[in-house]
Amino acid sequence: MSVEAREARQPWILLSPALGAVTLLLFVPLAFILVYSFWLRTATGADQVGFYLENWREALSDAFYRDILINTLKIAAITTIVCALMGYPAAYFIARSKGNKAILLLLLMLPFWISYIIRTMSWINILGVSGAFNSALMTLGVISEPIQMLYNETTVILGLVHFLLPFMVLNVFVSLEGIDTNLEDAANSLGATKWQSFLQVTLPLSLPGLAAGGLLCFVLGAGTYITPIVLGGPTDAMFANLVFEAIITQLNWPLGSALSLMLLAVLGTLVLIYNRYLGMAQLMKGLG
Amino acid sequence: MSAVTLTDIVKRFGDFTAVHRMSLEIPEGSFLTLLGPSGCGKTTTLRMVAGLLDPTEGEIQIKGKHVTNVPIHKRNLGIVFQNYALFPHKTVADNVAFGLRYRDVSAEEAKRRVNEALELVQLPNVGDRYPKQLSGGQQQRIALARAIVIEPDVLLLDEPLSALDANLREDMRVELKRIQHRIGVTTIFVTHDQSEALAMSDQIVVMSDGRVEQVGPPEEVYNTPSSEFVANFLGASNILPATAGQASGDTLPIEVGGFGSIAIPRDRAPALNGSGKARLVVRAEKLLLTRPGDAPAGSISVDGTVETVDYQGQAVRYFVRVGDTQLQAINMIDGRPFNEGDSVAVSLRPRDCAALPEGT
Repeated sequence: MSVEAREARQPWILLSPALGAVTLLLFVPLAFILVYSFWLRTATGADQVGFYLENWREALSDAFYRDILINTLKIAAITTIVCALMGYPAAYFIARSKGNKAILLLLLMLPFWISYIIRTMSWINILGVSGAFNSALMTLGVISEPIQMLYNETTVILGLVHFLLPFMVLNVFVSLEGIDTNLEDAANSLGATKWQSFLQVTLPLSLPGLAAGGLLCFVLGAGTYITPIVLGGPTDAMFANLVFEAIITQLNWPLGSALSLMLLAVLGTLVLIYNRYLGMAQLMKGLG
Repeated sequence: MSAVTLTDIVKRFGDFTAVHRMSLEIPEGSFLTLLGPSGCGKTTTLRMVAGLLDPTEGEIQIKGKHVTNVPIHKRNLGIVFQNYALFPHKTVADNVAFGLRYRDVSAEEAKRRVNEALELVQLPNVGDRYPKQLSGGQQQRIALARAIVIEPDVLLLDEPLSALDANLREDMRVELKRIQHRIGVTTIFVTHDQSEALAMSDQIVVMSDGRVEQVGPPEEVYNTPSSEFVANFLGASNILPATAGQASGDTLPIEVGGFGSIAIPRDRAPALNGSGKARLVVRAEKLLLTRPGDAPAGSISVDGTVETVDYQGQAVRYFVRVGDTQLQAINMIDGRPFNEGDSVAVSLRPRDCAALPEGT
């Protein structure tokens, strides 16, 4: 075998375990789901094999699904904006701090050591009827009866922000770290105030990180079903809850498949748009 | 009036003193170089003038105005950074125009001045490109254009040539000096490279360990070093223990082991007060090796043996043994260089020597 051929093969040899796993665990199940989505669930509860468009017709035409999809995207968007507003200053602070950067980053990563479900449930101990916040207010005499603060859209967003903020901070941090601090000094020396040089130099140069963090927050937020279950009320279902409901509760795999592909298509389009304009490389930087 | 005045500047970082009580006056329009090894405090000093660092003690004046409490963006300085620090997301023209946005300059005027600045650095046609599309040398010129387009009171250059490769560096050296001369801006240049300092400066400030070792024009600093540090840092020097005698007229006799008494000009030993222990400084290129007996008339000559030959093309650096000391001589090649082991005459002219007090 020629040297060129050997060199050309080498990356594929190294990639093959990962490619094998991704194919087996992601693409094959996805293909099943695609096939399922064209089957039909009959009144008897059995799935009828074939090529039926009923599930897709229902998923695409029913206003119920549409409204929940829109609401899901709205919640994801609000979460992303809140994460950006809260995460950017934090990332800036870490990137510009001297010496203790490693400790700050470790603190940022610390929540990842605890299960996301546990972290979500911890809000019940804080905001619940007998939670810390209510107890404190009652002890202080501000209120006489505990207030129900949980189980609404706001607490769903709160839970999502809690879950997703580190992703935003990390992504913005990485892009800020890559910016030469001389650039701000240069801008200042040319007459820009600190704020002007931030707007003119640092912010534009960190936008790729902000966009990468935003994409991650949005996609993960829009795909969540645990947060609405734990922290949402009966009317706060998000789109992934519908999929869960269809497949786990109603055992209607064909409809659940069509719904999940619908969500995948919406979020996939978003990723494609992102990739078109910013490229996936930025996202990988933030994750690594 | 001096363009920049530093008065008793001290900079401490915790327990570490980066700059010890430094005072300096930089005349309007002059080119001053802060020269020294890394960690000598030269960049710290520059950053204090720039306003990027606050002095722990002392006063800085620019054009007669106290600026110690004036933030950097109000100081009207042009800074050129070692790594260029061009804004990667802006075109070359936008980079150069950046400082004009914050000054009362109309769009038309700004455009004209940007074009002028690009002409001055000899890159008139790159305004639409992005910094990444330019070579390192070109980026450095753009950084210079960006710094001078705002007509700064002082131009600060922080090792601007050290990221360039050797040939380009020498071209840029000439270019930088030409531009500075043409616009007449007071310039502070920071470098660790003695040849840059000697070639470009009106005044050199040699620094070491946060202290000023010597201030003077290049010839003076080079020919009459005021300390062993300066003698060693600028070029290769031989420093020999000596004893100074009593001055008579314009000359001062210096007794050096092996060479006997050398009558050096009085003005080549300004730091020497009276007789006593001293150091004789002879530049390596002022020490001439010849065949035994061929030493030129009027010079003092001793016998030596060549130990090491370091061939450099147009010149050769010899390490030559004289008695129990090793001397360094850099000679232009005339015919064939000497070989290791050759017996030679090592000669020097008294007027090429300088003397220092001991322990400086």
